[in-house]
Amino acid sequence: MALTLEQVRHVATLARLALTPEEEQRFATRLSAVLDAVAQLQALDVEAVEPTSHATLAASLLREDATRPSLPPEKSLANAPAKSGTSFAVPKIIE
Amino acid sequence: MQLTDLTMLELAAKLAAGAVSSEEATRACLERIRQVDPKVRAFLRVDEDGALAAARASDARRKAGSPASPLDGVPVGLKDLFLTEGVETTAGSRILEGFVPPLDATVVRLLKEAGLPLVGKLNLDEFAMGSSNESSAYFPSHNPWDVTRTPGGSSGGSAAAVAAREVFGALGTDTGGSIRQPAAFTNTVGLKPTYGRVSRYGVIAYASSLDQPGPMTRTVADAAALLQVIARHDAQDSTSAAVEAPDYSADLEAGVRGLKLGVPRDYFTEGMDPEVEASVRAALAEYERLGATLVDVSLPHTKYALATYYLLAPAEASSNLARYDGIRYGLRARDARGLKELYAQTRERGFGPEVKLRIMLGTYALSAGYYDAYYLRAQKVRTLIREDFTKAFQQVDALLSPTSPVPPFKLGEKVDDPLSMYLMDVYTLPCNLAGLPGLAVPCGFTKAGLPVGLQILGRPFDEARLLRIARAFEREHDFFRRAAPLQGA
Repeated sequence: MALTLEQVRHVATLARLALTPEEEQRFATRLSAVLDAVAQLQALDVEAVEPTSHATLAASLLREDATRPSLPPEKSLANAPAKSGTSFAVPKIIE
Repeated sequence: MQLTDLTMLELAAKLAAGAVSSEEATRACLERIRQVDPKVRAFLRVDEDGALAAARASDARRKAGSPASPLDGVPVGLKDLFLTEGVETTAGSRILEGFVPPLDATVVRLLKEAGLPLVGKLNLDEFAMGSSNESSAYFPSHNPWDVTRTPGGSSGGSAAAVAAREVFGALGTDTGGSIRQPAAFTNTVGLKPTYGRVSRYGVIAYASSLDQPGPMTRTVADAAALLQVIARHDAQDSTSAAVEAPDYSADLEAGVRGLKLGVPRDYFTEGMDPEVEASVRAALAEYERLGATLVDVSLPHTKYALATYYLLAPAEASSNLARYDGIRYGLRARDARGLKELYAQTRERGFGPEVKLRIMLGTYALSAGYYDAYYLRAQKVRTLIREDFTKAFQQVDALLSPTSPVPPFKLGEKVDDPLSMYLMDVYTLPCNLAGLPGLAVPCGFTKAGLPVGLQILGRPFDEARLLRIARAFEREHDFFRRAAPLQGA
């Protein structure tokens, strides 16, 4: 299945990746090749099969709903590329 | 014989007898790294100060007669996918360059509590996506058996460091074979535990329903001892199994007499290297000689495993990697205008080609109009693959197969051909899809002196039996004593 450049750009937008024109070309080729290879799954009849999202279907383990100490703000912010006081700083999003 | 040639348990015995100190053992590792790592390039970061401080603390405990565990004082390394408080952790990616975690992964905490000095962080394919270490954003690691070849991936740095005797053991992670394939490529033992056996808390996620940390060591007994330290229920990981860990060393020497070992005919297919096949067939014959019964079994959906994996793993990855947005940690594109551009440019600059390819693939498989045809269908085929194993294990105690279809290949050989690289995982990834434990143990060498690994797959939580089966072979053929040619380099 050949992916068009337009489809590649659409997927890149969904994935929040700003691809270069060369990357768009390369990904069109490579994604198409991988999608061709996985097309064999279409041959199987899976109508009556239940999907598996996790291999070990352990009962959902819940832990006690108790308050515990969380990371202090200075630790949480230690790796922030930009911060302001006790907050992560981001570019202005409202004009 | 050098100190670094000892196995973990041999060193532990010497530490217990007071014949050597943990500080000496740790200094021997550091010296060995200085000697050979310029060739092997296994380490992204060596934490000399941290390791020596831990070693001295261990020696003090020994002196006081209160070692923290049987492995107290034995230096090990960590794949750079495990969060280590205060020590840079990058997952082999530029997007996390300079990231210093504020906490330890649960398994790292367990290793520290057991007293094992952590020598440093080992190279890997970026975000564990790869089978050769070449997608590391920093540099490829080299195979100590032939430095022009790959040590495998994604835990290639861990395997190379153990094989080159830079550390006594290491932890890796396995999503589609990332512990077992590099173990097979480097004449070491790699164990991927049952999904849920070892906590994933603080392990940087690739594909959450498949990822599992595990030990990489020179011997089977070392793997059992290291697994003993990290196999623990963890309330911090909601997929961690509340199953008590047995004593993994107890039945190690019990042999294989009377066991039924399945040989899946679907794993002996076209494309397998004849020398790999010969080594594995010889190992099968050895098991028969040791009293096991070989049973021909079929896992009919094996041929669909690769396609299933390369839809499900990228889909989960595209979701997990959405957290790298340039806001809270890691790289940020400085000149972006607005939030959307900040995300897109940060990710464009921070991720390497293989990671981008998998994010794109996963995003596509999950996108509107394609979800049913790709993602949901793959989840259903996953069920069929699991059922194949369930049926096989009604007949046999474990399954034997090659780990990789080929011996370690040359660096650069497959870089431009993702599909051919993906084929390297064909025997290992069904085990991850089914959540089963799998172990790779050295089973011979090619004429060119390249290692070959036998893979043993088992029922959920049956790691002890896999170790026992592997040990039965290792006792007859102690390939682990053979040192990689780098020795003394």
